[in-house]
Amino acid sequence: MSISSLSTERRRFLKQSLLGTAGLMIGVRAHAGGHALVKLFENNISTELNPFVLIDAKGVITLVNSRPDMGQGSIQAVTSLIAEELEVRMDQIQIVHSDGQAKYGSQGSGGSSTVRGLWFDLRKAGAAAKEMLVRTAAGRWNTSPESCQARDGGVFLTGTDKKFSYGELAVDAAKLDVPKNPKLKDPKDFKILGKYHKRSDIPSKVNGTAVFGIDVVVPGMLYATVIHAPSVQGKLVSYDATQAMAVAGVKQVIKTEHSYPGGKSEAIAVIAENYWAALKASKLVTAQWDDGDLVQTLNTGQYFKDAYAAAAKPGVRAEEDGDFDAFFAASEKKLESIYETPFLAHAAIEPVNATAHVKEDGSVEVWAPIQGPDGALGETADYLGIATDKIKIHPQLLGGSFGRKAFMDFMKEAIDLSRQVKAPVKLIWSREEDMMQGPFRPAMLSRMRGVIGNNRLSALSHQAIGESIQGQHWNGLADYQADDWLAGELSKENHKYGFPVHHLSYSRVKTPIPILWWRSVYASNFAWGQECFIDEMAHKAGLDPLAARKQLLRNSKRDLAILEKLEEIIKSSPALPTGHARGIAMFRSFESMSAAMVEIARKDKGARIVKVTSIIDCGQYVNPDNVKAQTEGNIAMGLSSAIKGGITFSEGKCDQTNYHQFQVMRMSEMPEVEVHIMDNLENPGGVGEPGLPPIAPALGNAIFNLTQKRIYKLPVDLDNLV
Amino acid sequence: MAIFNLTINDQRYKIEAEEDMPLLWAIRDLVGLKGTKYGCGIAQCGACTVHLDGQPVRSCSLPLGVIKKKQKITTIEGIGSPQLLHAVQEAWVEEQVPQCGYCQSGQIMSAVALLAQHPEPSDDQIDTYMNGNLCRCGTYDRIRKAIHRASGSAKPKTMGTH
Repeated sequence: MSISSLSTERRRFLKQSLLGTAGLMIGVRAHAGGHALVKLFENNISTELNPFVLIDAKGVITLVNSRPDMGQGSIQAVTSLIAEELEVRMDQIQIVHSDGQAKYGSQGSGGSSTVRGLWFDLRKAGAAAKEMLVRTAAGRWNTSPESCQARDGGVFLTGTDKKFSYGELAVDAAKLDVPKNPKLKDPKDFKILGKYHKRSDIPSKVNGTAVFGIDVVVPGMLYATVIHAPSVQGKLVSYDATQAMAVAGVKQVIKTEHSYPGGKSEAIAVIAENYWAALKASKLVTAQWDDGDLVQTLNTGQYFKDAYAAAAKPGVRAEEDGDFDAFFAASEKKLESIYETPFLAHAAIEPVNATAHVKEDGSVEVWAPIQGPDGALGETADYLGIATDKIKIHPQLLGGSFGRKAFMDFMKEAIDLSRQVKAPVKLIWSREEDMMQGPFRPAMLSRMRGVIGNNRLSALSHQAIGESIQGQHWNGLADYQADDWLAGELSKENHKYGFPVHHLSYSRVKTPIPILWWRSVYASNFAWGQECFIDEMAHKAGLDPLAARKQLLRNSKRDLAILEKLEEIIKSSPALPTGHARGIAMFRSFESMSAAMVEIARKDKGARIVKVTSIIDCGQYVNPDNVKAQTEGNIAMGLSSAIKGGITFSEGKCDQTNYHQFQVMRMSEMPEVEVHIMDNLENPGGVGEPGLPPIAPALGNAIFNLTQKRIYKLPVDLDNLV
Repeated sequence: MAIFNLTINDQRYKIEAEEDMPLLWAIRDLVGLKGTKYGCGIAQCGACTVHLDGQPVRSCSLPLGVIKKKQKITTIEGIGSPQLLHAVQEAWVEEQVPQCGYCQSGQIMSAVALLAQHPEPSDDQIDTYMNGNLCRCGTYDRIRKAIHRASGSAKPKTMGTH
């Protein structure tokens, strides 16, 4: 969205806009006793000053959150950006989710993009609306806008007690032209941005009233669960539902279609009056699948074999400064290592689910925990071959996602099932289906090579090896191309380490194991290789790893400041007790740099994690407490990814079926955490993901400092380091 | 099918269901209280935690058939009200614990039971008691702080169904 597009859409703003059509659109409304979720009914008619600001005659101010909230705090972040410039308090607004229409611009939560992507545009939306309200008030008072002041949802005539509420001004204000370049506030005048504010969605998340996708109720809906080919791509030969149909409450057992990355396969769905009946019956369905050669190829053993074979050959060049190979061959002091990261499940506690209603008149409604209503709208239209104006998307709160619910296979299944049974259908995947079908964070190798010069690190080569998300999903990667997402993250423009000789290459390893972006995408894989190897090189050069990084980053002021902050933290900490060690790492992703320091201590044959300190430089931010919360979450997920078992496939199916086999961090394993935010006035960077990548390598580096043993492969068994 | 008379949050509900239906699905789909969540179905994640006579149980693995007539069930909706939050819920707000929030009903139900048993729990007691509740967002540190905060003001006698 841009302000010019607001302007061209002005005619549309003039009409009264209808918010919500089914009585199920969920918002967050402030009221005297706190905050609660509200339903917005059909008669909620407001004047739309622009797509993000709606004000009704009673003065109710509704702001639109265009980025689904999966826990990252977008409900607060998006609306804070608007409210700051609109001059309304956060307790004066109610919030609704955008429904995917183009007027809201890009609506995908992903790539830690919300605040960094919308920082100016949404503030302009708020500022433009405020200017229109102020000009309207000025006109009524026959004075200039400069004699008026907007605050707390009203316009005041300076020097008098005269006031118009925004509600009194909205209808006339909407008739004015939308200013193209509204004046934005000076950051020093911010009342909301950069300040601690409690999140308005939290009360509803502690009293059970928050409505997640899985909680949606549509009158007359049936419940469904799906049985997919354990081999993901296997062909359905036949199935027997006799026993399943005998379960009380079961209505039908039918075929449906499953979209996996890059293809489609048949699946079986059980439709019932309640979810338990569907789940119980699904276990009684017997099915024959033709897995073809997937028994051999859908196999992590085979994948790693192929990956290590690829590591023995040059990859596709992505970036080269100087002739690394020649330098490496001619150098004496050099190092080569291969680092490995496993496949991982997203394993959000809310399994994927969606509720859909394909109606007789051809219109469709979808209620689902999805990361982007615009993507959901487009995919629904494509899937059914109908126009988008026949479709209403109701995005719901996501009970975790971490990337998973941006892949909307489950939504299309719910649509297909509703189409077949001619009723609203709520589809919930069982935990087992959710875990075994993925798609998964890909396993990757980093083949690292380095040259050590005179007291410094002189050259770095990173060969990234593994399956490409773009390649597998969209078949969009030629054999001579490097995956550009990955190349961007490992580029010297990103890490800014000033190696005079630098080389980056990529080797694709194709696999039928379905893969997907996972919190911080490839950064979660390749920070492990890059940052452990920087330490390895530093040790070989006889340098302190932090000092070595300072030397490499000598021309990158912001990154140096982070390392200086880390030094200051170390200096002011008590001396490390015997049997304790620390490791550090840093990685930039989504335009934010994050550094981590992990302290571990000897425990029996292994170690325990004592404390993790993270520093994040995300430029300007909305709510410091939320930056901290996200970074704390990244510490937990980063540690989980390092010390807990990964996902493996053998004989054509996933070996892990539920949380007892795919373990994630629990309370007793959570170390003490400390988060520092670098305060500056730089443009915002991402917050939801950048804290994760440095965690695993900081742990790996701590393990080396404790044991003098270098860990190359994740996950590491922390109980057995020997 | 059998008829069950359940006492949930001091209200009586008469429902018709199979004896093997786990309490979770009766609460969610038959009674219509959605605050209790499904996560794993095998008592591994704790998202479905409710109280049975004040004791925390994983409702996903508790068939209706084993619940005795006079047993009292308490869900997240029953420990406070939107107007008056329970001390543990208040502590959760003060510490801004939830991220996605999905696991937090279960976390809070476990924490309320923990504090009823140990009004001033040590970190070790928190670890032991809360280890069955997964949080994929990683809010453990704040949960710990919120439990300590609540222990200062929580009055065990008013907790849960007692």
